[in-house]
Amino acid sequence: MKGRSEEPWPGGSMRFMLLFSRQGKLRLQKWYLATSDKERKKMVRELMQVVLARKPKMCSFLEWRDLKVVYKRYASLYFCCAIEGQDNELITLELIHRYVELLDKYFGSVCELDIIFNFEKAYFILDEFLMGGDVQDTSKKSVLKAIEQADLLQEEDESPRSVLEEMGLA
Amino acid sequence: MVMSSLKLQDLIEEIRGAKTQAQEREVIQKECAHIRASFRDGDPLHRHRQLAKLLYVHMLGYPAHFGQMECLKLIASPRFIDKRVGYLGAMLLLDERQDAHLLITNSIKNDLNQGIQAVQGLALCTLSTMGSAEMCRDLATEVEKLLLERSPYVRKKAVLTAVHMIRKVPELSDTFLPVCAKLLHERHHGVLLGTITLITELCERSPAALKHFRKVVPQLVQILRTLVTTGFSTEHSISGVSDPFLQVQILRLLRILGRNHEESSESMNDLLAQVATNTDTSRNAGSAVLFETVLTIVDIRSAAGLRVLAVNILGRFLLNSDKNIRYVALTSLLRLVQSDHSAVQRHRPTVVECLREPDASLSRRALELSLALVNSSNVRAMTQELQGFLESCPLDLRADCASGILLAAERFAPTKRWHIDTILRVLTMAGSHVRDDAVANLTQLIGGAQELHAYSVRRLYSALAQDISQQPLVQVAAWCIGEYGDLLLEGSCEETEPLQVEEEEVLALLERVLQSHMSLPATRGYALTALMKLSTRLRGDNNRIRQVVSIYGSCLDVELQQRAVEYNTLFRKYDHMRAAILEKMPLVDRGGPQADEEVKESKEATHLLEPAPVPTEPQASKLLDLLDLLDGPSEDSQQPPPVDPSPEGTLIHLLDLPCAPLAPAPIPNLKVFEREGLQLNLSFVRPPGTPTLLLITATATNASEGDVTHFICQAAVPKSFQLQLQAPSGDTVPAQGGLPVTQVLRILNPNKAPLRLKLRLTYNHYGRSVQEIFEVNNLPVEAWQ
Repeated sequence: MKGRSEEPWPGGSMRFMLLFSRQGKLRLQKWYLATSDKERKKMVRELMQVVLARKPKMCSFLEWRDLKVVYKRYASLYFCCAIEGQDNELITLELIHRYVELLDKYFGSVCELDIIFNFEKAYFILDEFLMGGDVQDTSKKSVLKAIEQADLLQEEDESPRSVLEEMGLA
Repeated sequence: MVMSSLKLQDLIEEIRGAKTQAQEREVIQKECAHIRASFRDGDPLHRHRQLAKLLYVHMLGYPAHFGQMECLKLIASPRFIDKRVGYLGAMLLLDERQDAHLLITNSIKNDLNQGIQAVQGLALCTLSTMGSAEMCRDLATEVEKLLLERSPYVRKKAVLTAVHMIRKVPELSDTFLPVCAKLLHERHHGVLLGTITLITELCERSPAALKHFRKVVPQLVQILRTLVTTGFSTEHSISGVSDPFLQVQILRLLRILGRNHEESSESMNDLLAQVATNTDTSRNAGSAVLFETVLTIVDIRSAAGLRVLAVNILGRFLLNSDKNIRYVALTSLLRLVQSDHSAVQRHRPTVVECLREPDASLSRRALELSLALVNSSNVRAMTQELQGFLESCPLDLRADCASGILLAAERFAPTKRWHIDTILRVLTMAGSHVRDDAVANLTQLIGGAQELHAYSVRRLYSALAQDISQQPLVQVAAWCIGEYGDLLLEGSCEETEPLQVEEEEVLALLERVLQSHMSLPATRGYALTALMKLSTRLRGDNNRIRQVVSIYGSCLDVELQQRAVEYNTLFRKYDHMRAAILEKMPLVDRGGPQADEEVKESKEATHLLEPAPVPTEPQASKLLDLLDLLDGPSEDSQQPPPVDPSPEGTLIHLLDLPCAPLAPAPIPNLKVFEREGLQLNLSFVRPPGTPTLLLITATATNASEGDVTHFICQAAVPKSFQLQLQAPSGDTVPAQGGLPVTQVLRILNPNKAPLRLKLRLTYNHYGRSVQEIFEVNNLPVEAWQ
């Protein structure tokens, strides 16, 4: 099957979200469009360079390729979203902030290390907040509850037997 | 094997502990070998851990394709932990390029149908992230069913999955449209939000859907009104603003429904005014809602008062301490400066303040906007501000600022003297950044202002004496001194300070220019010619001049050498003709930009083999004939292009693009055709990475009572360009503001030649067939520079 290049679609939507450190280490990448691994790597590298070159006093928005990029730095992590041209940058900032709040609530005063060592959780949380680049739930409570329930389900599955096994007691 | 293979957290530790890239690679390669082995014959209960590790190293940039099949296995497992990691893996490793991706369709189908919410959620999420068109077609029915699920958790995800499906397979719109009416009654914010998103998507893809959903405008207005006045719940509020995400989404949908539709727009007016005045903007959330409101107001057919309110809100945004808000304000005002000019004018002082922004992307926008706001009544004050800005602005904005000031001066100069002064000041401050035609323009201007010759030559002489490095200034000064050297020495001119200049000083200055390593070859040409002219303007013997001229007869620069040799010959053999040949130049007719370049060239290359003066004819043939690539009468291809761009034309966007990181300024739209309610507009985009590419979107709108059918637009460009017409969105433009027909023209301009565009429209309207052929005038220069 021949690879299809992603087609641009109308209507505001997020193309991708990246989290990366000041040293340029990628901590999370969520793509809402189909692109090749190679193309993604290139875009990530390029965009990271552009964002990391920004001075602290500059505004949170920049234009890159044919997209708008909204980014915000929280401690040592950059949260970076690429959105379509018609999108409202200010609400995207709120979106980023909401995601950080969710992480914060979940991990308890989240820091970069939490995201590094629990990257799957960061994805799970993001996937309860956004879908296809659109917000699926505007209630913090609701999103966190969903994660909690999923975590419980997960724990149930890691059956007691294997836990004991690991402890060397069975 | 379990012992030598690391747990995820330990692996991460070890990778972070690696001191070099090589060390990291080693650790990872070792671990990947374990992972592979484990995939082959390891404990299936631990498979999810192995995949998690693999996903981690994948994020670091290492290959992980051998994990794709494992994703499938994990998804198919009954255990939640397996599915969780498996689906995550699928979203990260699988996409529609691999055949493998189709294999998860069945698992997804199963998971969608079994009753555990969390599992259904995983499946829907994965589908909406990486679902290909085939998968979407296969699973549309399942998703449709889930839209009616009892649990809002599932419904909210199903709705957004439907959005994705429509994006991938537009035909599925028919499947998902019917249920929207019901979903609009949702109380659950998430589902409601998803529904609005779904309706938005449907409307943007199909004019029929757009028409259909206009009926729900009153309902949307009601929902938003309730949100704003009573507020659904504090659970969804941010900084006291009720569910800003939902508000913004509703406002966006209203924008789409109200666009070009009088009735819908009218029914929204009150609500928009309400939101605009009642939203608390002390924090970003409120500003975000207000901003969306403004965007909607200016895009629909809103009442005039409302539009002014919108512009004023943007003006207020400009005063906000948050620079992000100032940024969006500047960008929006720039879009509105043509259509709502007087409303934006009111905020001119604030805009000018923004020139001082330390953030270059803001000051750039402020510059563009400021230039767009210059008119005949504020030109003096504005020019002063802009010149102040020019002195201290960042280098990459200097060219644009200088060009902008010069253009504004040209359009609105109150007096010639002011004009000359302004150009002089700009050349002095930013001479190296001005465009090539500045020199020609200034000499033209001075030449035509006889009463100011004395004034000009003195000012220029003083400026030159101070600084011979700014080339355009030096060139103009040299030319002026050559032409009007006699006035320089005359001694009296009330308008400048008394200047006592000796002949020797003048000659010495020109010689300095000639000899300076800072002088460009063209500049030296000017200086040499000026010296020569002075041989007839000054009273002294011409020994010094003759000496210089003879020295340059052996100059290495061929151009200079030729001139010097000719001038030498003039002295020696044709001295009786010298005075006539070096007479003051008559004013040359000013054509368009191309003609100016001709004039400049002819001045510089005024070799004395032809009797002077030689008036140049307006040169139009250089501007590539459009070569009647279409059948039809040729337009005025013999006339020179118009001198004065139309008022709504090029004042804003002179911004030649300096260096890469800053984005190009938006090019203004152009209305190119109107007849009986059918209008054709062009919008221009120059994608940043490709300087030779221009994308034009032609949009045909119909405000009349009759449909326009069989609409075809053809285009022709000069030979050096490549044109590609993409398929139009349709061939019917329905009456009364129905969905416009759009068409994209891709134009490659490898020679960066000035763009010319000829259009041919054929269509049926009011029972008649119409054909129109015309050339597009007033194309913005940013389209090709």
